[in-house]
Amino acid sequence: MISFESVTKRFGDGTTAVDNLDLEVPEGDLTVLVGPSGCGKTTTLRMINRMIEASSGRILVDGQDIAKVDPPELRRRIGYVIQQVGLFPHRTVGDNIATVPELVGWDKRRTEARVGELLELVGLPAEVRDRYPHQLSGGQRQRVGVARALAVDPPIMLMDEPFGAVDPIVRSRLQDEFLRLQQEVRKTIVFVTHDIDEAIKMGDRIAIFRQGGHLEQYAPPDELLAEPATDFVADFLGAERGLKRLALIPVSAVKAESGPVVSPDDDGQAGLTAAEAYGSDWVVVVDGDRRLLGWAHAGEAAERGRVGDAEIRPFQLQVRAEDSLRAALNAMVQSRTGVAVRVSDGDRYEGIVTLELLSKEIS
Amino acid sequence: MTDAPAPVLAAELIRWSWVGDHLDDIRGYLFQHVQLTVLAVLFGLLLAFPLALVAVRWPRTYSPVLGFTGVLFTIPSLALFILLIPFTGLSVRTSLIGLTIYTLLILVRNIVEGLRGVDPDVREAAQAMGYTPARQLLQVELPLALPVIMAGIRIATVTTIGLVTVTALIGQGGLGRLFIDGFTLNFTTPIVVGIVLSALLAFAADLALVGLQRQLTPWARSRGS
Repeated sequence: MISFESVTKRFGDGTTAVDNLDLEVPEGDLTVLVGPSGCGKTTTLRMINRMIEASSGRILVDGQDIAKVDPPELRRRIGYVIQQVGLFPHRTVGDNIATVPELVGWDKRRTEARVGELLELVGLPAEVRDRYPHQLSGGQRQRVGVARALAVDPPIMLMDEPFGAVDPIVRSRLQDEFLRLQQEVRKTIVFVTHDIDEAIKMGDRIAIFRQGGHLEQYAPPDELLAEPATDFVADFLGAERGLKRLALIPVSAVKAESGPVVSPDDDGQAGLTAAEAYGSDWVVVVDGDRRLLGWAHAGEAAERGRVGDAEIRPFQLQVRAEDSLRAALNAMVQSRTGVAVRVSDGDRYEGIVTLELLSKEIS
Repeated sequence: MTDAPAPVLAAELIRWSWVGDHLDDIRGYLFQHVQLTVLAVLFGLLLAFPLALVAVRWPRTYSPVLGFTGVLFTIPSLALFILLIPFTGLSVRTSLIGLTIYTLLILVRNIVEGLRGVDPDVREAAQAMGYTPARQLLQVELPLALPVIMAGIRIATVTTIGLVTVTALIGQGGLGRLFIDGFTLNFTTPIVVGIVLSALLAFAADLALVGLQRQLTPWARSRGS
């Protein structure tokens, strides 16, 4: 755990970068510091490994005041990843990753084995080990940076816009990979970004800073989006706050309605009655095992006699329990029925999600 | 009016028999030339490094350091050697002190520029990985500054090889002694031998330093041509 206790940083020119900050970063969580430039987020991050010294207040790492630890000693226990990566151009990928093991005096065999392990962990092929950084792509370099930071398995990682220098497609892939990696390694991570979407995607908790180094709000993303504490936070989250929140809530969080469900063998008139009872002009068609077949116009079914005689149209998009409500909303707006149909893993019909259910959930 | 005797052009630019008779002398001069050059550049490096480190650590000292070594560099070489004679006499010491002083400007400037040219992100990363300042200098910054430092060493070496000949006037001089011999004897052969050998020496030294640099910077070799 990392605790800031009334930490202030004033620079020589009189500007206050961080103003009386109290913050607790829980163990094993990914905490994002986010805010516009000049809000003190990077300064806050760099005070944790004493790259910048606090002007007043205390920073504790696992209960120990870091001001009392020799900086190089402290830094070897804290992984560090920056946007420009800062790989050593004169060392091979393998030697770059071996930097901290070498500094703390691991023997050669242990280091070699660890380098191999880390290359695999970050998804790099073994043959890049003997290449130099300038022979890699931007995405590969970023992975080497992460591997280097993880080398001695430090309990804490500091990441300053780590995915800022790669193109959006690579960035999104690196983010996903990193989240999977974090599931595995469970580090205490402090992550700086100016991109609120990245913060929402990556963070277990988000600290929003305002210019002048004020912490405006510190909360899990879901809570932040639901109840922004100040106008600044609401502005920073942006006008699509509701949509962003939907992305964080799983479909399983709302109770799906059973909807007008019929089977192909049912009488068309019965289908029409079911649709009218539900208040729609369509019915969901499932087979005897409740496997989803599609939907049909209720009127057409009534005319033709049997539901199965009407044209059964597929639902182009279906959602599952673990999908986000944002995916459900997308399915709704793309379907003539105006609802999202929820299915199980075996494609069995589980119910429908409506716009009404969504707005009830987020309002 | 046209009886004037044809000018006694040095009938030949080089008399090989003289070269053959003086091989031992020539070898000795060449050896001294190499020795003076190597020692001057070495002492130059020993002095330039601390000066450069001070200039990098405290940037305000850079201008004065550069200014001082620059002033030393502008003193005419002959004048400098003559100025030193009252203190150190007509000795190897005098020529070494002079030659070393002339390497300082180039070496200090290139070491400082080399160290300053290290990518700040790389420096930041090294610090954040937990390098102590001394280890960071030796293992990260110096290797990365090496190409610029080596460029300085090359210029300093070639310049020194030229300057060594001047010290012949104070009784040292390596191959420069051949110029004095040729001049006093009014005989071109030693002069030609001296010029050719010192040029070859400069060329060979430069080539050797380039080779050394390639050996020391394997990461630069794989860069696209």
